[in-house]
Amino acid sequence: MAQHRPRRALVARTAVLASVLALVLAACGGDGSSATADGGASTPADCAAFADYGTFDGATVTVYASIRDAEGEVLQRAWAAYAECTDTEIDYEGTGAFEAQLRVKVKGGNAPDIALLPQPGLIRELAAQGALQPVSAQTESNVDANWDATWKGYGSVDGTLYAVPHGAYVKSYVWYSPSRFADAGYEVPTTLEEMKALSDRIVADGDGKPWCAGIESGEATGWPATDWVEDFVLRMAGPEVYDQWVDHEIAFDDPRIRAAADAVAGYLKNEDYVNGGFGDVRTITGTAFQEAGYPILDGACWMHRQASFYANQWEDGTTVGPDGDVFAFYLPAASADGEQPVLGSGEFVGAFSERPEVQAFQRYTSTMDYVRSRAVLSPGSWVTAAKGLDPAVFSSPIDRSSYEILQNPEAVFRFDGSDQMPAAVGTGSFWRGMSDWLNGKDTGPVLDQIEASWG
Amino acid sequence: MEDWQAKAAQLGVAVAGFLAVVALVLLVAERGPRAVRDRLAIALFAGPALVLVGVGLVYPAVRTAVLSLFDADGTSFVGVDNYEWVFTDPQALVTVRNTLVWVVLVPVFATGIGLLYAVLIDRSRFEAVAKSLLFLPMAISFVGASIIWRFVYAYRPPESGQIGLLNQLVVWAGLPPQQFLNDPPWNTFFLVVVMVWIQAGFAMVVLSAAIKAVPAELTEAARLDGASPWQLFRNVTLPCIRPSLVVVLTTVVIGVLKVFDIVRTTTGGQFDTSVLANEMYVQSFTAGEYGRGAALAVLIFVLVVPVVAYNVRQLRRTREVR
Repeated sequence: MAQHRPRRALVARTAVLASVLALVLAACGGDGSSATADGGASTPADCAAFADYGTFDGATVTVYASIRDAEGEVLQRAWAAYAECTDTEIDYEGTGAFEAQLRVKVKGGNAPDIALLPQPGLIRELAAQGALQPVSAQTESNVDANWDATWKGYGSVDGTLYAVPHGAYVKSYVWYSPSRFADAGYEVPTTLEEMKALSDRIVADGDGKPWCAGIESGEATGWPATDWVEDFVLRMAGPEVYDQWVDHEIAFDDPRIRAAADAVAGYLKNEDYVNGGFGDVRTITGTAFQEAGYPILDGACWMHRQASFYANQWEDGTTVGPDGDVFAFYLPAASADGEQPVLGSGEFVGAFSERPEVQAFQRYTSTMDYVRSRAVLSPGSWVTAAKGLDPAVFSSPIDRSSYEILQNPEAVFRFDGSDQMPAAVGTGSFWRGMSDWLNGKDTGPVLDQIEASWG
Repeated sequence: MEDWQAKAAQLGVAVAGFLAVVALVLLVAERGPRAVRDRLAIALFAGPALVLVGVGLVYPAVRTAVLSLFDADGTSFVGVDNYEWVFTDPQALVTVRNTLVWVVLVPVFATGIGLLYAVLIDRSRFEAVAKSLLFLPMAISFVGASIIWRFVYAYRPPESGQIGLLNQLVVWAGLPPQQFLNDPPWNTFFLVVVMVWIQAGFAMVVLSAAIKAVPAELTEAARLDGASPWQLFRNVTLPCIRPSLVVVLTTVVIGVLKVFDIVRTTTGGQFDTSVLANEMYVQSFTAGEYGRGAALAVLIFVLVVPVVAYNVRQLRRTREVR
């Protein structure tokens, strides 16, 4: 359900972002203007760039995604020039109940032409049903050129590419207040050990608890804690074990997973560490994830682990940036050099039709022209994993930082594990297990129970 | 705009078509021979209802029962595996147990409180006001009521001010604030309170009407015979309102078996508070286990049917008595 996370964040976006964006643009005028210059390439006046696609006499391509409201409008602007120059009518629909509705549409023979699919698991499911069309050869060569093999792999099933990578979101972030860190003389930790030491030091200093967390998210309650566990599995057991765990080649309660969960328990089930501003450990279960980081602003808590899209949750007037009220540091790896594991999520452009206008549109989304046009419009919420962009095209510092993390040659990216596990586990027993765990159940029985549910 | 016009035009055509068919049928019914006319009339009046019941009720019920014998995505037959899961999986068993707790507690307390209240305020000066006070929660949706109660149970750490009514009372009593919705098995009881709060008004209104319908001669005769108020209630009022009591109890039981909104809104079924209907939703729509969801639906159906049957019989008997 990763797609819900950015979306929820997106929905909450309002004037906060506009003001943040304005500040950021003001702060880095040079970057801003270069971004605008890039954007100029996709103004309707210049159709030469689209000559290659041909024109389609006003043929309609329907696009279906989970991105709504203001974000949906921004998304549509990214392809407005293409639509005009190729004479394609792009009919966009964003919905809050995307997966359920998409399945219904596909089963009812009423599939959209294009869908932005937020989970590799969903791509596999739709490809197995024969609903998704493999991408054209041209599109595939674009994907080969612009993305690395990992990202191509998420859109592929058994070696056939079905969907083009679109957005990419970094989840391995810890939000903190740069100004308060500086005042207190704290350094951003660069290893897991340092992060633990910093937490202990904050406890010793006695001015608020080091961590705050919240996993309440309506139907999806529990997911923020699954991200914690996944991040620690990735760091402590390594990407190979992570993959085996996600594919259920090893048991959910394997000793290595258990060790990672225990490490998370050292933070989230540690009464000295949490839950700054909210109370004891068990308050994590009832705290809305949207509000969980707020105590950072009033000093009751120092750190909050949450994805890049949390940038949009801060109250009006909060500056997000390396020198601002809040910013995020990369959740450190076990050691500062060597592999830097990154947990993240993303969405993919899949086509349900072989009509030429649909194939052409999908091909357009695989080009750097499109990626750049989308990135320039991004107001702090959209990052891509495509290679070779100037990070300066991203106007928000957190997006720029995400892009740099994704492009770091030492970075080892892994897709959100709960999005890849079967729904009964990934959006079922794993979520509920995390709630029970933070509500007081021991690690062993919780992991056993999740393993038992994985039939 | 064009879209809107096109839709309006389609709607117009559909309505006109429907009217034409009805007119044609009426015309045939008017002109045809008597036997044909009668049959046509029956078909005309009962037909649409039967079709709707078939499409909207019978077909989905059969389909659900069939689905409950298949696996998660409804492709391969698994026999009674899903039912076995309901009665062996520890999590599912908690759900069944909670549902039993709800089915016992809510009707007893809602009816008990409603009855007591009805008796106490009967013929008092403030009857109308007092009645509306208890009846008011009936006007609030389950989700609305759940949100209200979530605030009542809200928890804040001891060092900050409480926003929850109940925790403020607890703090005034000198105790530390509690996370009422987090502690199984007690959290289920706190949710039960919400349902009782909503349903007591319904019980009170029906029972109050029943009490008023007790023949005055009976109570008067009992009083003349020297019956104490308790004896009057126990031996005269109670037997007279028994049918209403049963109807109230069973109606509440049916409502409770289907309870979903309260659990969904307050805890989402976390911390061992799930009930059958909530679990049916979770299994079907968030976990994608359609087979298990269907099995739970069938189980609810099987549990509700006898109660509905009993309820209907009682209702009929009440009418005959009247």
